[in-house]
Amino acid sequence: MTNRLTTRFNELDAYGRPGFVAYMMAGDGDSQSLLNALPDAGADVIELGMPFTDPMADGASIQGAALRALEAGMTLQGVFAQAASFRENNDSTPIVLMGYANPIHHMGFENFARRAEKAGVDGLICVDIPPEEDEELRTALNAHGIALIRLATPTTDDNRLGTVVENTSGFVYYVSTTGVTGAGSGVATEVGDAVARVRAASGLPVAVGFGVRTPEQAKAIAERADAVVVGSAIVDAMNEGGVEAAVELVKSLSAATHGAKR
Amino acid sequence: MSDTASVDTRPNALSAWPDARGRFGDYGGRFVAETLMPNIIELEAAYEDAKRDVEFQREMEEFLRDYVGKPSPIYFAERLTEEFGGAKIWFKRDELNHTGSHKINNCLGQVLLAKRMGKTRIIAETGAGQHGVATATVAARFGLPCTVFMGATDVERQAPNVFRMKLLGAEVVPVSSGTGTLKDAMNEALRDWVTNVHDTFYVIGTVAGPHPYPAMVRDFQSIIGREARAQIMDRLGRLPDAAVACIGGGSNAMGLFHPFIDDEDVRLIGVEAAGHGIETGEHAASLKGGKPGILHGNKTYLLQDDDGQIIDAHSISAGLDYPGIGPEHAFLHDAKRAEYVSATDTEALEMFQLCTKLEGIIPALEPAHALARVRDLAKELGPEGVILMNMCGRGDKDVPQVAEMLGVSL
Repeated sequence: MTNRLTTRFNELDAYGRPGFVAYMMAGDGDSQSLLNALPDAGADVIELGMPFTDPMADGASIQGAALRALEAGMTLQGVFAQAASFRENNDSTPIVLMGYANPIHHMGFENFARRAEKAGVDGLICVDIPPEEDEELRTALNAHGIALIRLATPTTDDNRLGTVVENTSGFVYYVSTTGVTGAGSGVATEVGDAVARVRAASGLPVAVGFGVRTPEQAKAIAERADAVVVGSAIVDAMNEGGVEAAVELVKSLSAATHGAKR
Repeated sequence: MSDTASVDTRPNALSAWPDARGRFGDYGGRFVAETLMPNIIELEAAYEDAKRDVEFQREMEEFLRDYVGKPSPIYFAERLTEEFGGAKIWFKRDELNHTGSHKINNCLGQVLLAKRMGKTRIIAETGAGQHGVATATVAARFGLPCTVFMGATDVERQAPNVFRMKLLGAEVVPVSSGTGTLKDAMNEALRDWVTNVHDTFYVIGTVAGPHPYPAMVRDFQSIIGREARAQIMDRLGRLPDAAVACIGGGSNAMGLFHPFIDDEDVRLIGVEAAGHGIETGEHAASLKGGKPGILHGNKTYLLQDDDGQIIDAHSISAGLDYPGIGPEHAFLHDAKRAEYVSATDTEALEMFQLCTKLEGIIPALEPAHALARVRDLAKELGPEGVILMNMCGRGDKDVPQVAEMLGVSL
């Protein structure tokens, strides 16, 4: 089936335009308002973070956001509710959930996939389930038309790339640097080579993230990738200045991304 | 026998796990971020290679003998046997190892492996500080820089060990995220590893984490059970009725249990930390009070809430204060090959004092938990019975904390 992700990346491709992917944490501050405002601020795809107590691939910004969200009572059901509420007024911007295995496993993979589909979710990035372990999850997601988006990293050599891109769908998320979210970003030229490699192996669009914070960085990455992901910087803006500050940042980042020449 | 992909590759014997995927039954596996997968796979190959290398084995044996002080003796705890009034109690004295606990058995193996793999930097997580001290010790011996992540709460309650690590040249990083205990230290170590993936070797201290760690740490710790089994056969001409050990992540217990798994008449008993009591919710008993889930690279029993969020463990003992348990214990639990019970903070404190007074051995608070259930078991088995308990660590590190709990100012 064609889901919103495929449609959106086809549209971007038709315009020759790099996409902007905005990450935010569900339940951190007035997250429903931010979520609803992201498409008009220029987000082509939304990554909606599912908070987890032990986010071991995340840096301080997203760790903090997760703990604040949990403190405020956010649950997996609550994440679905925010996505569903968003869908009442938007049927085109893809939502990709991003988080860790345990809450998903606890809900049950099939149960999770069914509820995600019902909430209008389009994809899932599960940080700590590598391809070797994801068959059960993938089967459940496939049955409900939800893309399982895999991560490729600077340590993914040609040998491993085949394993990573097999059975993936939607897009491939290229992690530009070895490290946690919010750390320094990779060198743009090296990222360009890696993107080409991943795109050739997967036949899918490649979004690049980790460590992209400024419009300049976003533009430099956008010149070499199908999409740019920004997370920690948006989470920080939301924490420090609320929805308005986060929306302003997304506007400037998305404008820089969309203005990049590929 | 079919030659299709559905060939059943499950091991026959309970002692022969994990399978090729690093699974112990349904538990274990490799649940890590993609950045770490190539490292994990490289580690697995390097470990398999080292296992078959006579030179590696020879080097291990030499350092275990001359540096660690192996074999550690077994000891008949006569006065505790009298006190409990039942089965004969024997201690495997791994608290006599260099650095004061069983932890160094594993650190030595992993650091030698790191050297062999050409890694130039060592990191570790620690709870009570025993694994941190052991890692820092071996890293000092081999001249490798070492960073130890330790929960901020633990840094406070285990100050002597923190200073020991610093003397050994290690950098100690206090981790204040979460509750500032062992699980948070492990999160932070994983964050460091994912950042410094090319030159760094992560020495995990327990039988948990992504494959091959649970099997590798168990193999390195199995020297406990191998020695003890041979020693007790030599001294008594028979196997014990039960082998008992405390469990946080479960490395000393797995090391003791593994060589006895195929001895069906030997009961294997793991003692988890019940903290203030399992019914209070403030405990660290993952098998008694947890459910299967995925954390820190493996599938196993975890303390978690209705939404799959990890619940903070509680124990008087920093070394048991972990919301998970090694996957092989989860497997042995479900297979009913091992029994898992628990002991509270209060019981541990009581046994700490009793063992010190009667045997002149100050046990760490961790094995003091095991002793509480040895007491019941001794009565249950009666005078003909033989219990082998692993005295996995000495209690010097706990003296300041115990003094405080008893209202004594030092």
